[in-house]
Parts: sequence; structure tokens; C-alpha cells
Amino acid sequence: MSDRPDEPVLEMTAVEHAYRRTLALRGVSLTVGAGEVLAVTGPSGCGKSTLLHAAAGIVRPQAGSVRLLGRDLATLDEAGRTQLRRRHVGIVLQFGQLVPDLAVLENVALPLLLDGHDRAAAYTLAAEWLDRAGLDADHDTTPGELSGGQAQRVAVARALVTGPTVVFADEPTGSMDTIGGEHLLELLLGAARDRGAAVVLVTHDNVVAAYADREVPLRDGRVEAEAVLR
Amino acid sequence: MATNEIVLALLRNAPAHGYDIKRDHDAWFPEARPLAFGQVYATLARLERGGLVNVLETRTQNGPERTVYALTERGEQQLTEWLSEPAGPAASSAEEIVRKTVAALRTGSDPGEFLARQRASHLHRMRELTAQPPEDDPAARLARDHVVAHLDADLRWLELAVERVAAAARSTDHHSHVMPEDDL
Repeated sequence: MSDRPDEPVLEMTAVEHAYRRTLALRGVSLTVGAGEVLAVTGPSGCGKSTLLHAAAGIVRPQAGSVRLLGRDLATLDEAGRTQLRRRHVGIVLQFGQLVPDLAVLENVALPLLLDGHDRAAAYTLAAEWLDRAGLDADHDTTPGELSGGQAQRVAVARALVTGPTVVFADEPTGSMDTIGGEHLLELLLGAARDRGAAVVLVTHDNVVAAYADREVPLRDGRVEAEAVLR
Repeated sequence: MATNEIVLALLRNAPAHGYDIKRDHDAWFPEARPLAFGQVYATLARLERGGLVNVLETRTQNGPERTVYALTERGEQQLTEWLSEPAGPAASSAEEIVRKTVAALRTGSDPGEFLARQRASHLHRMRELTAQPPEDDPAARLARDHVVAHLDADLRWLELAVERVAAAARSTDHHSHVMPEDDL
């Protein structure tokens, strides 16, 4: 964690990344302050998901730097990045990305178990978060049996169970109806607000973006004019 | 409807008389109600009194007398300000957003900055609405949802406008740019 209390939670500077010959990010710079909710918006293919993956250390950008919670991600090896994520970062990827062979309760408890928490306590906490997320399926269901919306509720519960300092969410309500999406978003942002956690929301949905304090519109891998919404 | 500013925009490309202004207006906004001649002349008189347009000449050749109006520097300034200002994010402002964008494109102005500002203004209003605590009363919530849905529709139109303006600019660049042989 950072030694400087005023240091941004996330600081990306001139980040570039390409897949084969397609440039997904072309020199993106942005910062996210503690407790801030940032929406990264733009049409599909504009580089939003790549930006989120680079910010969370899931992909290593080919140029530029990413400082997450005061650590330069380029100086950490895979194990170091994994540990940073497990302890301080919650991630909600598109389509949930749950472990298919584990029951939903085990999926949510997994980050706590991997971090050495007591098994019974981890399961109790996981069950609480599944209830808060409004999952209307048995906790021993496997992800393959869930609808898209149910999988997203589980993914949000898994991201929040560790009490993260920053949450990265890629289209967290993409498979949900309006009212269900609203509830999950309010849960995600309410939990973050209670802890003073920052949230980076990637979305193409204006209604979701309007929950943010600030918007960073992305087009063809570049940041267009930022907008303060708060 | 911002008739004053639309008439200023119609005069930006070249001085014109009342008939030209009416004809160009109806061509710019084919879906809108045609501009009445009485409205054109009343607007021109008002703009002239305000120093935003002036009379360039009065032609009497081959027919009725026609007064040609031109935009003054002050008129140009007012138009520029109007084009850059976001409209109030209310459902009734939708038409004005379209008018500003069309007027900017028709007069060779880049609507990019206006579109970005309008997006920010709409998102800001949407955030104010979504930041309120959830209404227990479904009717009140639905009334709010209706405003949010209209803002969302406008925002999607603004995104489309940005895409179309960018595509048109790329196409113009492509046609006007002669590539040196070294670049091939």
C-alpha cells in the first residue's frame, strides 16, 4: 500500500497496448482518487476493457506506467500482482468469470480462503454477501446453472467480500434487467462508499455512467474530454 | 425555439434577404414547422435593433423591394456563444440540441466541443436524479425514470452525432489528402 495518503489509488500514464496489430490503448493517462467513482465509457472496441485489465494488472501494457495503490505494477512479478489484487482489489469481469467447478458459495469464499482466512468465517461472510447481492438461487448451485444476471450478482458478491480498497467492474449489470441492475449497482457503490473504496466502472450504458463522480470517455483507445459529474 | 440564433446562423454563410432565410431554414429543418414570413421579418427587425444584423443593401430590381441583411460582429459573437452553450437538460431541450448541431455543421463550425459539453451536462443531470435516495413511491420513481429515459435517448443521439461528425471528417480528409509517393 502507498505511504502517501494523498496518492491516487490508480495512476495510469501514457499507457499503450496492442493485440497483434490492433492498438487498443494509444497513450491513456488517468487518475482515480480514494473513494472516487470513475466511469470509463465508449462504444464497443474503444479499449475500455483493455484499460480495466491493464489497471488491474491482468494485462501488462507494452508502454506507459500503471501505479495501483502506490505500487508500480511493472515492478511486481505475477505473484506480487496476484497478492495485491487478492488483498486490496475487487474485480467484476463481464459475464461473471466464475470458477465453473465450484459452487457459488465457494466462488465467493475463494478470495478469503486463498488469503488464509478461517474456513467457517469465510463461508459465513460469503453467504451474507450473496444474500445482499440478491441471489435467488441455492448457494450450492454451480455457475453453469445460473442466468447471466445471477452470475453477475455472484461476481459482485465475490468482488466485495474481501472489503477491497478499489473495485474494477466491467459492465457489471450488462446481463440484467433495469431494476435488478439498479439494485446491484446501488449495492456495489453503497458498499464502496461505506468503506471509502474507489470504483472504476467500465460501461457503455449512460444510466450506469451517471452513477459516477467523473466520466472518462474513450474513443479509439484515446481519452476524450473528461467530465466531472459530481 | 431559438429563432433569433437560428436566423443569425442562417446569415453566417452569406448575407441574405428574408425570402432566402425562410427557404434555407425550411431546407435545414425539413421536419420542423416552416418559418412564417412574418416571423422572419419580425426577427430581422428585432436583431437589427439589437445591433446583431445590419442592412447591407436594398434591391428593387426585377420585382419587389428586397432588403439584404448581414451578420454584424456582435451577431457573430452571440451566435458563437449560443452554439457553444449546452441547452438545459430538460425533455423540451431535445429539439434545441439538434438545432445547434445542425446549425454548427451547416455553418462550417466544429460541433465537437458543444457535443462533449452537452453530454457532460446531460450526464450531470442524470447523476443528480440517480443520486437521490430511491423513492418508495413507485409513481414518483416512474416520473423520475421518464426524465432519465429521455436524457438517455438524447445521450445516445449525442454519441451518434459524434460518430457521424468524425466519419464525415475522415471522409473529407480522405478525399482532400493527396498522399505523397513516399507514404504509399
